[in-house]
Amino acid sequence: MGVLERVRIFKFWKMGESIKERLIEKLLFLLSLSSILIVFFIIVFMLKEGLPAFALGGEFFFGMTWHPATNQFGILILVLCTFIVGIGALVLATIIGIPTAVFLAEFSPEWLRNIIKPCVEMLVGIPSVVIGFFGLMVLVIFIRDTFGGWGESILAGWIILAIMTLPHVISISEDAIRAVPKAYKEASLALGATHLQTVTRVILPNARSGILASLILGMGNAVGETMAVLMVIGNPEIPFIPESVLEPVRVLTSTIVIEAAYMIWGSTHQHALIALGVVLFVIVALLNAITTVMIRKGMVK
Amino acid sequence: MTGNKKITEKLVMIGMYVAAFITVAALFTVVGYVYVKGIGAISLDFLLDYPYRLEFGGIFPQIVGTIYLAAVCLLFAVPLGVASAIYLSEYAPDNMITGTVRFFVECLAGIPSIVIGLFGLIFLVHYLGLGISLLSGGLTLGFMILPWTIRASEEAIKAVPGSYREASLALGASKWQTIRNVVLKNAYPGIISGILLGCGKAIGDTAIVLFTAGSGLEWFLPMAITDPVGSLTVYTYILATQAHTEAGILRAFGASLVLLTMFFMVTVTALYLRNRYVRRMSGW
Amino acid sequence: MSTIETRELNVYYGDEKVHALKNVEIKIEKNKVTALIGPSGCGKTTFLRSLNRLNELLGATTKGKVIIDGKDIYDGKEDVIQLRKRVGMVFQHPNPFPMSIYDNVAYGPRIHGVKKKELNGLVEESLRKAALWDEVKDRMQEIALKFSGGQQQRLCIARALAVNPEIILFDEPCSALDPVSTAKIEALLRELKHEYTIVIVTHNMQQAARVSDFTAFFLMGELIEFGETKELFERPRDKRTEDYITGRFG
Ligand SMILES: Nc1ncnc2c1ncn2[C@@H]1O[C@H](COP(=O)(O)OP(=O)(O)OP(=O)(O)O)[C@@H](O)[C@H]1O
Ligand SMILES: [Mg+2]
Repeated sequence: MGVLERVRIFKFWKMGESIKERLIEKLLFLLSLSSILIVFFIIVFMLKEGLPAFALGGEFFFGMTWHPATNQFGILILVLCTFIVGIGALVLATIIGIPTAVFLAEFSPEWLRNIIKPCVEMLVGIPSVVIGFFGLMVLVIFIRDTFGGWGESILAGWIILAIMTLPHVISISEDAIRAVPKAYKEASLALGATHLQTVTRVILPNARSGILASLILGMGNAVGETMAVLMVIGNPEIPFIPESVLEPVRVLTSTIVIEAAYMIWGSTHQHALIALGVVLFVIVALLNAITTVMIRKGMVK
Repeated sequence: MTGNKKITEKLVMIGMYVAAFITVAALFTVVGYVYVKGIGAISLDFLLDYPYRLEFGGIFPQIVGTIYLAAVCLLFAVPLGVASAIYLSEYAPDNMITGTVRFFVECLAGIPSIVIGLFGLIFLVHYLGLGISLLSGGLTLGFMILPWTIRASEEAIKAVPGSYREASLALGASKWQTIRNVVLKNAYPGIISGILLGCGKAIGDTAIVLFTAGSGLEWFLPMAITDPVGSLTVYTYILATQAHTEAGILRAFGASLVLLTMFFMVTVTALYLRNRYVRRMSGW
Repeated sequence: MSTIETRELNVYYGDEKVHALKNVEIKIEKNKVTALIGPSGCGKTTFLRSLNRLNELLGATTKGKVIIDGKDIYDGKEDVIQLRKRVGMVFQHPNPFPMSIYDNVAYGPRIHGVKKKELNGLVEESLRKAALWDEVKDRMQEIALKFSGGQQQRLCIARALAVNPEIILFDEPCSALDPVSTAKIEALLRELKHEYTIVIVTHNMQQAARVSDFTAFFLMGELIEFGETKELFERPRDKRTEDYITGRFG
């Protein structure tokens, strides 16, 4: 009992403690308020700065010509090319990524999984400039020598972006496949279905929304990826609609990097570039939001 | 019929092996190529010398600059991010407002760094007049990883079972004592892992640094936080796209090698911590 | 002599949508074991957690009075920290912290500023009281999660004892345990009541009969019947109590 008595004496010190508690809570509140304000400020600032370009209306959103030198800022072709490059890369990433995810989740022996999984995780954040450099030195030259053309092309963009999108697709799909309740699988196997039949008829349909989410997220990543793409797609002076996968293109991100270097402070050009950023932002945020909602829904179900 | 089925199954299995192989091969090809090509560039001189003109000298300021930038970025983003995560998950009521905030943070966590870079260039560099500098670069990198840090820390904090909190509170611990001694004590490997992954992003980012921190070829170390600073990524980018000699390309490979090594060190630590953490939370 | 007394205790969850306790009035005696029984969802846990104000964590609203040692703990002046130090709790599932045995028991005292040199003695004393000392005395630095469920639960009891409470609340402490561990904990409860006031929730009628002096029967948030255990089991006054304890409950 002696200890208890002594502990009670600390009550006085405890009063200070409760003030400390309240101070800590206030401090944490202020810090989180500031990070949230920063996040909102970035959004609002970009919107406001892009406004003069958005004010161009149809000329901006549906204009076919992007040519700063003559004050023409139509983004349609840029957006189109962004999607051409992004979707192509996504198709490649899907063809390779989904089977890999199924393999990892269902068929891979443990030791092999222990090798592949870390590789995939390492691939996620690998500095894009390194991949771009590799693309420039190996892929572009390979394409030029094999198929002709400049080498810097849509095809190179697809392959490089696929490499960067793959890990996202694989890891989220694998999680989705693993989240399918074991009972379903056992029920199917107990009915005499083979493992592969069980995977295609029971597991994959149940993991559908997660897999789809991984693809949408992969698309978001592909659209927002900058340096690696920039280095291999050629970026013609005036963007045009490509007629073959061997032609160079220009996408939203690469346009921003290249032109931010020489934009004139306060010019329409500057506002247009910011507006490009906002468009990019909106596309990616939408894709991310869809992914988030889908993953949540999948989990609730 | 069954024979056909067997063959189909075999083919599908082979297809999956091929796909998995391609994935791994992609990583090994890129990394292997850079290491093979870059190892020839590595020497003490290269690591410790200052660059001059486009294609000569070493990358010492770039290595140091990359570390400086990551440090400023983390100094900014970690306290803010972790504090926000603690507040959001432990103190804030679960209502519409926090729900919205969370949703925004989640969406922003995936925003292309180029957009943030553009913001840094226009707001920090021009409006606030911080110029192209270590400060601008570090802060902008911090903006990029802030939502990420919040999300990763929140996940780690959420993974600590509620029963631990209850047990602590029932013993008469105050809220903050509970958070410090039970929640953070158990969540910290997860939080550190998230921070390290963010650090990896900061080290590997090119666009932001190119816009806000420096031209990559800086032949000096920054003396003040308002000085421009070189970085391995921008150095690699500039040489890769503008060097025309063997020596220049070799230096770009050398810089890539150093960059990848730094990146791997950070990421491997992060993944190791995370795996250990996941195992602990699932009760070993 | 009662140490806990409730008056018109009402507890609501989620913006008063769920009325979990309705006008509960009870007097719990000092140094006795009081068992709470009743079907699932009748509010036993809610009642227990209203005694150390742990309900607040779940966003519950409490109305009425809970008087402990003559003071209403809901009068807005009571310091929850002091309260929870006096009213310990052991949960349904053993929930030791992922730390060593020693650190688990020392957690509470450390929080409350007990000096380092007193810790060893306090830890040993608590573990002895929880009948765990002999099993763990050579394994003090091992992580608690490695021990059996029964040992973990007794560790949680030791952890609660280490802050020297007057009252200990047990929420179905044996429901996750095997019969042998259960018997050990029951023996422990009989031992502990000499020093502490004990309130225990149980689904096991025999357990209530074996360990408790008083029993309270709850149904749909209401306290139906409360009295000496022997009385209540042998001559229940309320038809519903009788139905429940004879297993005729629909
Ligand atoms: N956090 C909560 N939010 C909303 N309702 C709750 C919450 N906790 C409990 N309830 C409701 O309050 C009522 C009483 O719950 P309580 O947990 O006290 O029952 P119990 O008697 O302990 O049941 P059991 O024997 O299953 O443990 C139930 O109807 C339950 O659904
Ligand atoms: Mg209960």
